[in-house]
Amino acid sequence: MSAAHQSNPDRPHPDKWIKVLPEGLYVEPGGFYIDPVRPVERAVVTHGHSDHARPGNRHVLATPGTLAIMRQRMGEGVGGSLQALEYDESLRIGDVAVRLVPAGHVLGSAQVVMEHAGSRVVVSGDYKRRLDRTCAPFEPVPCDVFVTEATFGLPVFRHPPDLGEVQKLLHSMALFPERSHVVGVYALGKCQRLITLLRAAGYDRPIWLHGALEPLCRLYGSLGVELGELRPATVAAKEDLKGALVLAPPAAVADRWARRLADPVVAMASGWMRVRQRARQRGVELPLVISDHADWDELCQTLEDVGAPEVWVTHGREEALVHYATSRGIRARALALIGFEDEDSEGVTGGAAGGEAS
Amino acid sequence: MNRFAALIDALVFMPSRNGKIRLLVEHFATTPDPDRGWALAALTGALTFREAKPAAIRELAATRVDPDLLALSYDYVGDLAETVALIWPERPERANSLPPSLNEVVEGLQAAKRGQVMGLVEGWLDTLDSSGRFALLKLITGALRIGVSARLAKTALAEWGRAARPEVSVDDVEEVWHGLTAPYPELFAWLEGRVERPASGSGAGFRPMMLSHPLEEEDRAALDPAAYAAEWKWDGIRVQLVARGGERRLYSRTGDDVSGAFPDIVDHMSFDAVLDGELLVARDGVVAPFNDLQQRLNRKTVTAQMLRDGPAWVRLYDILFDGDEDLRGLSFVERRARLERWYGAVQPRRMDLSPLVPFDRWDELVALREGARENGIEGLMLKRRDSAYLAGRPKGPWFKWKRGALTLDTVMMYAQRGHGKRSSYYSDYTFGVWRGEELVPVGKAYSGFTDAELIELDRWVRNHTTRRYGPVREVEAGLVLEVAFDSVHPSNRHKSGLAMRFPRIHRIRWDKPAHEADRLETLAAMVVG
Repeated sequence: MSAAHQSNPDRPHPDKWIKVLPEGLYVEPGGFYIDPVRPVERAVVTHGHSDHARPGNRHVLATPGTLAIMRQRMGEGVGGSLQALEYDESLRIGDVAVRLVPAGHVLGSAQVVMEHAGSRVVVSGDYKRRLDRTCAPFEPVPCDVFVTEATFGLPVFRHPPDLGEVQKLLHSMALFPERSHVVGVYALGKCQRLITLLRAAGYDRPIWLHGALEPLCRLYGSLGVELGELRPATVAAKEDLKGALVLAPPAAVADRWARRLADPVVAMASGWMRVRQRARQRGVELPLVISDHADWDELCQTLEDVGAPEVWVTHGREEALVHYATSRGIRARALALIGFEDEDSEGVTGGAAGGEAS
Repeated sequence: MNRFAALIDALVFMPSRNGKIRLLVEHFATTPDPDRGWALAALTGALTFREAKPAAIRELAATRVDPDLLALSYDYVGDLAETVALIWPERPERANSLPPSLNEVVEGLQAAKRGQVMGLVEGWLDTLDSSGRFALLKLITGALRIGVSARLAKTALAEWGRAARPEVSVDDVEEVWHGLTAPYPELFAWLEGRVERPASGSGAGFRPMMLSHPLEEEDRAALDPAAYAAEWKWDGIRVQLVARGGERRLYSRTGDDVSGAFPDIVDHMSFDAVLDGELLVARDGVVAPFNDLQQRLNRKTVTAQMLRDGPAWVRLYDILFDGDEDLRGLSFVERRARLERWYGAVQPRRMDLSPLVPFDRWDELVALREGARENGIEGLMLKRRDSAYLAGRPKGPWFKWKRGALTLDTVMMYAQRGHGKRSSYYSDYTFGVWRGEELVPVGKAYSGFTDAELIELDRWVRNHTTRRYGPVREVEAGLVLEVAFDSVHPSNRHKSGLAMRFPRIHRIRWDKPAHEADRLETLAAMVVG
């Protein structure tokens, strides 16, 4: 594969057929948007987080896992017709061949691989590179243009091994056996991943859940992700929660909901926990650096793996990644997409009941 | 180093005092000598390294990382040690070289010659993980800032020691502390019951202070006026002056060494004694407002101008040692006589005696206390004439009897989340008074209300928020807080130009309309001196 040639009219540069519009990233020859922020006629959705999967589109294409999550979260409002596309099956939409490839972010998450007029463009959606028992692993796809996220696009973000972070939690539980440990987790993905990490580390006691986390855990269970014994925390007696491990949305852990817990140790599982000052600002006592996004090294490795001569950066800290890519001889620029939340802007002080985002 | 790093990490995030003590106890119990001793030295501020300056660390990092990426990262993180700890490249071959122990780091730095330090640091950074790098950089730059005072570390040490020596208190630790040097092997051996208690030594260490209880009205009724001596309670900070064997130290009430900030006192400590007194700013014998003293606190060094504008003074209360003679077992009356004799003989400059206040009946003292509105007087101290100088806060021998508080009706302006158990509550309030049509903030308080009232206040804040700034909420001008405070002084640190001493919430005036709250002029009129 060679670089796209802007001058060749038979092989137009991808920026001639993929555009940033107010609704989102628009693929003109296919007539569809990827993760539109406003309702559109035809949407391709990378994964089920609410800043990527929004209600009210006339036609939605996504993996079966993502569609199941969207139905669970949005009910009737999910949109018009829903069309499932299994990983690695190809589908022609208008003048574009579309394939969904695992992104390793959360259950059902996909990269959108598009071929049109002799060029291949891959939109990564959100992704990570490390093992996650709750979803299929990221597959690098060689391409002409790679459209990447950059949530953790600074070299200070280097997520340590997951097992060490889980052991930090277990150590704290051993040190403070009479206190509850409440961990802030996003309802979709982080919650279930943390549970599988704990189970893999040998923690087999019941895990207590905030009500907002229950439906998606049930859904994951029905899709074959083994989570062990889960109990509802919201109706539990304070006495039962002594020494217990409780998972709750980030917004709930340091707020009124957590008052039902027994002198809780407040933990948070997020890539942002890497920076101490950020963790302290959020009232976190036990930061766990567990992320569903690629860290800096994974972002750089991925640019290497896909070998694209051109990279567009969608959301996050674009400046550093653009600088890095340029220094490696890759043409790079930031796409000014709006509507994707910085994971950090949400959470403890946000007060939103659901507490999710990417 | 890994154990030390894990301790630092855990302490950074631990909001509660008891939790910090628990972490420290676990560390002392599970870490061998000498590493636990070096950790204790780091936490008590007994370790200093001169060579590793922030600029040198930044320069070092720029040899390993793209300088543009370093700059972008530093902008984001905001703390150099943390930025470098996080951004330093992990070496895949790290498994081949073990990270250094804390002992290796400390001894390495102590033995290093000028110009060798950054080379050592670079080698260590390559073998440590990010927590280890953070701890190393914080250690060598001498700015741990993890919310652990020397006193708290010693409290934890005593708590750990009680497993083998149930009788040990933090004051026992303080007492032997000054005879020892890092990494304190004999201290740990004693607390593990392996050796006898180390000698107190004649060093210039801190001796635990004797503290008082507030006097309740019902206590006073039961006290015999003839058994007590009275003296003024001066509004400065309690200090201990230690001049032993050529060494001179000035300690705060909690044993923190504040000598560096007060050379104008230390210079005149050309005697051999341990004294107890109140540190003040005084001009021509007249005590200045507490705010003037505040300008000189929490500084490592002072400028000539600060020495000129805010000259320090010590008003002496007590004498603990005269030369090698330990006077703490004598009665207050006997010590007072010794203090007066000592003062007459030595005539130290920048110091005077706190006068006794003669009285026969309690009502005489009541009148004196209420009449005392001059600068520098917080109230009265009552000391049993037969009381020995005891460490800590025994109930009975000493009472503090503060003069009545001032009060003011203010309006809540901002609320901030508390810490630890209060982290889900808006429990810290900034309040203001009217200046014309606008409110100006005059203080901040987070105490004086019950748990039940806190729930009500928290609910009110949430329902009346107008804006949010991170953990802070701005609220409608709709709730009157009656604030009590000890005094008010001019201050150029506050927008209102005034600063309160010890403000606390006295009553929540749910009934009172905000526009009827007090005005700034009212507060200004309460300024004394």
